[in-house]
Amino acid sequence: MEKQTVDINRVDARLHKLHDNGEKGLFTFITAGDPDLETTFKLVLSMEKAGADLVELGAPFSDPMADGPVIQRASLRSLAGGTNLRGILEMVRRLRLHTEIPLLLMTYYNPVFRYGLECFALDAAEAGVDGVIVPDLPLEESAPLLQELKKEKMHLICLAAPTTTPQRLKKISAAAGGFIYCVSLTGVTGMREGISPDIAGFLQRVKRHSSLPLAVGFGISNPGQAAFMAEEADAVIVGSALVSLVEQFADQPDVMLKGVAGMIRGLKGAII
Amino acid sequence: MPALEELTFAYHEVKNEAAFQDELRRYLRDYVGRPTPLYFAERLTRRLGGAKIYLKREDLNHTGAHKINNAIGQIILARRMGKKRVVAETGAGQHGVAAATAAALFGLDCVVYMGEEDIARQEPNVYRMRMLGATVAPVASGSRTLKDAMNEAIRDWVTNVKNTYYLLGSVGGPHPYPMMVRDFQAVIGREAREQILTAEGGLPRCLVACVGGGSNAMGLFYPFLDDPVELLGVEAAGRGLETGEHAAALSAGRRGVLHGALSYLLQDDHGQVLTAHSIAAGLDYPGVGPEHSWLKEAGRARYTTVTDREALDAFQLLSRWEGIIPALESAHAVAAVVKMAPALGKKEVIVVNLSGRGDKDVPAVAQLLVQQVNGEGVG
Repeated sequence: MEKQTVDINRVDARLHKLHDNGEKGLFTFITAGDPDLETTFKLVLSMEKAGADLVELGAPFSDPMADGPVIQRASLRSLAGGTNLRGILEMVRRLRLHTEIPLLLMTYYNPVFRYGLECFALDAAEAGVDGVIVPDLPLEESAPLLQELKKEKMHLICLAAPTTTPQRLKKISAAAGGFIYCVSLTGVTGMREGISPDIAGFLQRVKRHSSLPLAVGFGISNPGQAAFMAEEADAVIVGSALVSLVEQFADQPDVMLKGVAGMIRGLKGAII
Repeated sequence: MPALEELTFAYHEVKNEAAFQDELRRYLRDYVGRPTPLYFAERLTRRLGGAKIYLKREDLNHTGAHKINNAIGQIILARRMGKKRVVAETGAGQHGVAAATAAALFGLDCVVYMGEEDIARQEPNVYRMRMLGATVAPVASGSRTLKDAMNEAIRDWVTNVKNTYYLLGSVGGPHPYPMMVRDFQAVIGREAREQILTAEGGLPRCLVACVGGGSNAMGLFYPFLDDPVELLGVEAAGRGLETGEHAAALSAGRRGVLHGALSYLLQDDHGQVLTAHSIAAGLDYPGVGPEHSWLKEAGRARYTTVTDREALDAFQLLSRWEGIIPALESAHAVAAVVKMAPALGKKEVIVVNLSGRGDKDVPAVAQLLVQQVNGEGVG
């Protein structure tokens, strides 16, 4: 694939394209290095082929406070295999020889802090990362990282929850890049049976304070939920359901790849 | 974050409000049993042959530790905020017992998260919490100790934030907790300052307290910050700093961010949080309250370490020479005094925070001492 040379962030480019085509985006999350980085490499390419519009790579952390049991277990598996940020960035560099899909890194703050904010931003941009999500970094403390990311034209993707106040939404909107990650419910990541009924109201509230596209995540695991969420949003994010498949078929990589691709086709089909 | 904003706002409202402070004072006096005595440990002083040693008897509080000071303060706040349910994390179980007690007193539902390893080694406190009507939720993730219990309590809080109050037990975690918990614990230092001035007619040379998250130390130190008094925090060296199996974040950690606070942290080169170790479950935490990190960097407080074995020796020493069985956490502070007191003159005064009593540790210590006798060693 041709190397991208235009100076536009891949996330923005993809969101524009989706918008122009009147399509909704499917963003997928997997934990990098679960069960190993080679599998993650294959999964990213396979997810793109199956219709994923953007991939979030979760960097494992010893204390994943914002995650439910599925991603907690994935983090532990990944850490047990020795995964670290440098290894993940090396894999992203290899991926960029094959794909221009927007790639986000979802990481807790301490690994980035230890890496060094400036070095991290340089290395991540050079590897081909388009943006970063840091669930335990509140807006009030985000300026130093945001500054480094901006220098490298990477986005800091910010989260908004149903409990986020209008004043805060305004501040988030000013700092955020790419899209607003709308958390569909109060709580941690993971699959849920039902869906939050007042999601439409929440998304409309966010829209009043931000012109950025909205992606909805947390608790979405099947085509029905995805279709419902996509009505008001520009994209839906699916994570734990995919990570769960990776866990289930860790010993059968072919079945895993097929299963993940199948789930993505089903989800993408439901939201178009 | 909205939950923290709500809490910060609510705390600022009550902080200087007379009605709130009156209610808090009344409960501390009539329910907790404050003021706690400042006791001159005459036999221990004679035995060590140096500085005069005073013990601030937080072990005599209702529920047996300083933790209740903070739990009562926060539960009054929780009720003011209209919350019907509290969640808490606990290591040694002392904060869990304090939270369960405060919740029972105010008729709120209470869930205490506790690592499976801590449940096993602090069994008496698990029973106490259950008798008080709290649900003890075992935490099987990570190192199955205090930090993991905290992760789980945070997960619960963000999920049930509308009706739930997070009753955090130490001076760690995100703002406003370090400030608020320090304020509620500062009653220790305020009393101790008045008591030592009465007893000795002057300020002590040094204050000594154990530091896990650091709430009993912060509470003792804070009212003395502007005085010419040495502040010594004692961290758990576990099996020895050189073994890597310890909980000495200030002495052997590096700057890092965990649970919403920038502070010293035990971590590897990739920023993964390391598992702490201490014989004292209440010190078994890889981080430390951010204000302690600040006191260290500002040079205002000094931090030293004490091994499992030294703490166990101090545990026995205080039991035999003063008839006071200290919590293993507090035994770390006593052990530091055992090391320093003999070198000081007889007119010097040391105030040690005896942050909790050791009833909860008796079964585990008895077992360890049997192993010691059998030559299996400790630490």
